[in-house]
Amino acid sequence: MKKRYERGALVALVLAGVGIAVALTLRALDENILYFYTPHQVSAGEAPDGKRFRLGGLVIPGSIHRTPGSQKISFLVTDNKETLPVEYEGVLPDLFRDGQGVIAHGTINDGGVFVADEVLAKHDENYMPPEVAEALKEVHGDEQT
Amino acid sequence: MWKSFHQFASPPHFYRLAGYLIPWFGVAALILILVGTYGGLVLAPADYQQGDGFRIIYVHVPSATMSLAAYTLMATAAGIGLIWRIKLAHAVAAAAAPIGASFTFLALATGSLWGKPMWGTWWAWDARLTSELILLFLFLGYMSLRAANDDTGKADRASGLLAVVGVVNVPIIHYSVEWWNSLHQGATIIKLGEPAITGDMLWPLLTMMVGFGCYFATVLMIRARSQVLQRERNSRWLKDL
Repeated sequence: MKKRYERGALVALVLAGVGIAVALTLRALDENILYFYTPHQVSAGEAPDGKRFRLGGLVIPGSIHRTPGSQKISFLVTDNKETLPVEYEGVLPDLFRDGQGVIAHGTINDGGVFVADEVLAKHDENYMPPEVAEALKEVHGDEQT
Repeated sequence: MWKSFHQFASPPHFYRLAGYLIPWFGVAALILILVGTYGGLVLAPADYQQGDGFRIIYVHVPSATMSLAAYTLMATAAGIGLIWRIKLAHAVAAAAAPIGASFTFLALATGSLWGKPMWGTWWAWDARLTSELILLFLFLGYMSLRAANDDTGKADRASGLLAVVGVVNVPIIHYSVEWWNSLHQGATIIKLGEPAITGDMLWPLLTMMVGFGCYFATVLMIRARSQVLQRERNSRWLKDL
């Protein structure tokens, strides 16, 4: 009978050891696991300097400017604290629109503009039919800017 | 209580009980998945942002949930087998692995198909996607470790330890979208505050999840029975059967 408890303790010990090791590793890798930086983090200097990184945030409604005759586009990305201008040339995902969460991959140029070579759309965890979305918009209309 | 525990863990008893339960779970799985599919593809309205494209949720979320459930069950069974030296528990763990791997693959594949039109990419190395990929490797590692050992007892112990250790990945997958900024969105169903999905979209999803669960139970019992047959091939109760 005693052996069973010994085996149980051994399994628990191994599991605890691996758990702590993984937790420490993930803490050490924290920055590398972040998929994107918010504009607030960028202005606070947390984003890697002079290297490519991903910028995530919401497209400010009405800030999208397309250059006619090309795929060039510029828009403002915000996390409701800071705002960063983004320039991009290429194909956009279907969900890209005013107010949408996006993730842009690229670098910041000298003028403080984020030049992206890839733009992904992030969608939220909410699912509803269009009528419900309309109704919600009317209720919460004042809160949205 | 100990008596019933050991009685349940006895292969002949399990073999009979599983044989009795399999048709019930199988029929429940068939009905629930049919109802859920109809509800999800026909009855549920289109999403306000993603239109009809969101309907892949009815396969993606149940298979992802089942991949985590299958791993947790496999690790628990392997742990019980390691500590109490119950061979039936190892048989159940071994039976669960390929099913769990299939669910994981399905979750990754449907997620990829969903990601391309909505996010704009097939794959991203974000925390959720990467940890789910590691889950697939854990399943495959467990299976290859078993296959590499001819001696069933040794295979049980070696692979069992891997299964138990790998369980640390399960909470990481679940909380990855909260701990780190990720491309994958947060939880929809288990969430405080306002419901993140309307009822007419939710019920087919829950139906599918329960249906997938019943399907998992069905296949698990069928596979565990064949594991028992293989392990007990020389025993007397089998010859009497």
